[in-house]
This record gives sequence, C-alpha cells and structure tokens, in this order.
Amino acid sequence: MNDLMTVVDWSRAQFALTAMYHWLFVPLTIGLSVIVAVMETIYFRTGNERWKALTKFWMTLFGINFAIGVATGIILEFEFGTNWSNYSWFVGDIFGAPLAIEGLLAFFMEATFVAVMFFGWNKVSRGFHLASTWLTALGVSLSALWILVANAWMQNPVGMEFDPEQMRNVMSDFRAVAFNAVSMNKFFHAVFSGWALAGIFVVGVSSWLLWRRSNVAAARSSLKIGAWFGLAGMLLTFMTGDGSAVQVARVQPMKLAAMEGLYDGSVGQDLVGFGILNTDKRPGDDAEPMHFEISIPYGLSLLANHDANSFVPGINDLINGIELTPAGDTVHTVSYAERIETGRRAQAALRAYNNAKKTGDKAAMDAAAADVARDFRYFGYGYLDNAEQAVPPVALTFYAFRVMVMLGSFLLFVLVVMAFASLLRPRALENRWVLWAGMVSLPLVWICSQAGWVVAEVGRQPWTIQDLLPVCAGISDVPASSVQTTFWMFAVIFTLLLVAEVSIMVRFIVRSSRSDIEKSNN
Amino acid sequence: MTEKANIFSRVVRFYADGFRHMTIGRTLWAIIIIKLVVIFAVLKLFFFPDILGTRYDNDADRADAVREALAAPPQP
Repeated sequence: MNDLMTVVDWSRAQFALTAMYHWLFVPLTIGLSVIVAVMETIYFRTGNERWKALTKFWMTLFGINFAIGVATGIILEFEFGTNWSNYSWFVGDIFGAPLAIEGLLAFFMEATFVAVMFFGWNKVSRGFHLASTWLTALGVSLSALWILVANAWMQNPVGMEFDPEQMRNVMSDFRAVAFNAVSMNKFFHAVFSGWALAGIFVVGVSSWLLWRRSNVAAARSSLKIGAWFGLAGMLLTFMTGDGSAVQVARVQPMKLAAMEGLYDGSVGQDLVGFGILNTDKRPGDDAEPMHFEISIPYGLSLLANHDANSFVPGINDLINGIELTPAGDTVHTVSYAERIETGRRAQAALRAYNNAKKTGDKAAMDAAAADVARDFRYFGYGYLDNAEQAVPPVALTFYAFRVMVMLGSFLLFVLVVMAFASLLRPRALENRWVLWAGMVSLPLVWICSQAGWVVAEVGRQPWTIQDLLPVCAGISDVPASSVQTTFWMFAVIFTLLLVAEVSIMVRFIVRSSRSDIEKSNN
Repeated sequence: MTEKANIFSRVVRFYADGFRHMTIGRTLWAIIIIKLVVIFAVLKLFFFPDILGTRYDNDADRADAVREALAAPPQP
C-alpha cells in the first residue's frame, strides 16, 4: 500500500490526522470556558457556595482539556512549512496576518487570564476573578475566529490580488478577508457547535453522576446549565448551518452537489434525507446515482437558496456548464472544460512571465502579468487533466453530511428532553433511559463534530484554495517516506495525548464522585 | 520604584503560590512540558525544517522557486 501512496496522499493523511486530533480538544475548550463563566456568574450574583464548587469542578475539567490540547495546533503550522511549502508561500500574508493576530492577541489573552482563573481564587476580588474567567472564554473564541478566517479564505478566496513577482496573494482588503459572509458563518457555526459539544459533555458527565446517585444536587444543577446551554448552542449551530449551506451553494456548488450525491440538478430539487449511494456512478454516465433514497420534496432548493422553486445544479451541470432561466432567475455557470482552458492560459502566462524575468524584459513581464491577472480566477484548473478530477470524493462527503445531520438531530432531541426535564420535571432525570441517553450522547457529539469538518474539508477537494490551487500543486518537494515517518510519529503522540486526557479526566470525575463535590471544591 | 518592585514581587508570589498549591495541575504541567519539548526540540529541529526557508537564502529566490514549480504543471 505504501508504494501506491504518493507524497500527496501521505501529506493529506498527515494533515487530516493532525487537524482531527486537534479538533477533539478545541470545541470542548471553546464551549466549556463559557459554561464555567456562566456558573461563576451565578455564584457571583447569588453568593451560593454550591455554584462556586461547581465552577471549580468544571474548571478543573476545562484545565485538563486545555493543558492537553494546547499547542497541538502548532504542529499544523509546522506541516505548512514542511509538506505544503508551495501552498504556504502562495497564500502569503492572507494566512500570515490572521494567524499572527491569533498568536499575539488571543493566545496571550488566554494565557494571562487563565492563570488568574486557576490561581486567583481568594487572592483577587470576586469581580476580577469573574472578569478573568469571561476574558479567558473570550480569548478562546477570538483564537478560533482568526483560525477560521484563515480556513474560510481557502474556501472563498477574496480580498486579495495575486502578484506574480512575489508569487504570493497580497491582501488588498482586510475587511473582505476577515468579515465576509463565509468566514462569519464558519466562525459562528464552529463556535456554537463547541457550545453544543460542551453542553452535552456537561450533560453526559452529570448523567453519569446521577446514574450512580452521587452528588445528586450538584449533578442536577450542572445538568440544567449544560442542557440549556447545549440546547442554545445546538439551535444556533443549526441556524448557522443553514447559513453555511447558502454560502456553500453560492461559492462551492460542487461541494453541495457532492454532499447530496446530486449529478443532475433541477428546479425544486429534493433533499436526500436518507440514501444509499451508487459508488460506481461517474460524472456523465447513465448509472443511477442512488440505490435507495428517502427524499424531502423541494428540500435542497429551500436549503440552498431559501426558495422552493429555485434551481440547484448537480455535478454534471457544473462540469458541463449551464445557462437556464427558470422563473426569471438566470443560472449560469462556466463549464469545467472552459475553466481548465482558462487555467492553462494563466499558467502559460506565468511561464511567459518567468522567462521574461530571466531575460530582464520588463515590457514582456508586464504583459504576462496582465494575462495572469485576467485568467487568474481559474488558475488552479490548469493543473487538472480532466473535469472529473475537480469532483470531490462523493461518498465520503455524502455520508459524513448525513452522519452530522442525523447525530445533530438526535443530540438536539436529547438536549430538548434534558433541558425541559431539568426545569419542569426533575424526577424524569431519575429515569435510567434518560440518563443513558445523556451518557451515550457524549461520544456521539464528538463524532458529529468531526463529521462536520469532514464535510467541509473533504467536500472542497481537490482544492487547498478554492479554484486557485489544488492539493497536488500545493505540496513540497519532499520524499513520501519522510512524510510517512512523521505521520506515524503524530499518530503515536496524539493518541498518547488523547489517552492521557481521557484517563486524567475519568480519574478526576470518578474520584470526585466518591466525595462531596461541594465540600471538596470549596 | 518600590511600588513597581512590589507589584512585580506580588505577581511572582501569585504564580509561585499557584504552582505550589496545585494538585492535578502538577501532572498537567508535566504533560505540557514533555509535549512542548517533543514538539519544539524534537519535531521542529529534526523532522520539520521549513523547506523554502532552509533551501533558499532570500524571498526573491523563494518566489522564483515557487514560480518554477507552479508554472510547470505537476501531474495530479
């Protein structure tokens, strides 16, 4: 198998492995920081010592996750320089600026106030301590903002101009890069999903305590906060997910078509609620795309365009290019053959620029630069041999999307039950089935969260930067064996870190369950 | 000056007390330090050189290298 896997495959596998492990820690940090701040706010307002104890209990779990997860993202940045050097250079300051802001502002903000959070009890005033807890939570979310801005730019490259002399994309509009609809949707969707995940984490642990009849009052109080906070996070995740679907339909229609396994689009397009894909289906052939499906009429048109009668293009429509006018709404896309031709023209112009530079012919350089700029929009298509190479892995994108939506719906149901039971029928929380659902939700929410990123990242293949740079052009000139070695090193390091986190957390929770959480944390 | 020294010593004492009274935090700090040593001293130095940074002396050469690479289409 190793002989078959190229440096591109190993680099992709390594980056996916690192990013997925990193995302095990991050959403819990994002959400739990806010939950802890909410609990401490209740303590600050009521003076009730139970809330102080609960704040400390959940803050310790936050600390374990924070400590194990911190710096795992740095490895991703190493990989940019080693495995993706062409890409790293090509993105230029577009990527550098948000990551630098993240490092300087948000990271130091977290690092400063997290110390007050943990060391400051009874040493600083209650108000200052509470402010530090909220500022830590804010710092965590600000970190996420700049990382997600960088990621969103890869999905929707805007606010820049390509300079063939520097071979870099130069930022021309910071506001367009940082605050466009795609980046904002991505940021809020990721942060709210972190809230939902942390809410379910609190619900899951509290359910286990209630199952064991340990620290019942404290567990009920925690469960109430976790369930309502998680419910708010989940509802906001669904809302921003809807916004993300609209943006994907606008800027990455091929990803949307892959998410649906849709080859031939139509007006009033159905949404596949559940289906089994025909994985032998290829663009342009006559095979049926689905072996079996249960569809929601007009669902995809509504999801993508908020209009039941709108047209949603499929993979074949996008490859072939379409121009139609259903109900006065003109839909036009450029065929992939035309995009490949345009991309090759841009690359030929870049070669002409390179040759002119070697001979010092300034006029020819300027003319070539103008040609590059004219055709740059489809620059990346020039690397493709045929249109089918621009289609992402349909099966993985399709099933990951359904895993995310189905698990998200199940978790929403659990949170609704938990939230209303905790408020209106606390005795329902003694029901073993309800508690079992709370505990089972714990691993499921991580699977749901990972599936969301699989949709986002696999669905945008083959692009590292949408339409501009495919993965095959973004890699470094390094041997596959080097990437393979570091892949396995990471697999071991991250697995050890995960085992350490889970075991320390479990030991802490089990030890706490054997004592009085309210006494031991006050 | 004395006030500044006081603030400095209070901050130092704040952190020193915090570290001294840690319980589970000791294990976490051990993990953090081991992890940072592995990441920065082992991975960064031996396995993750910056390819363009180490092979070329200046940005102009790096830009030329990337232009050569991207202007000659690789096989996907």
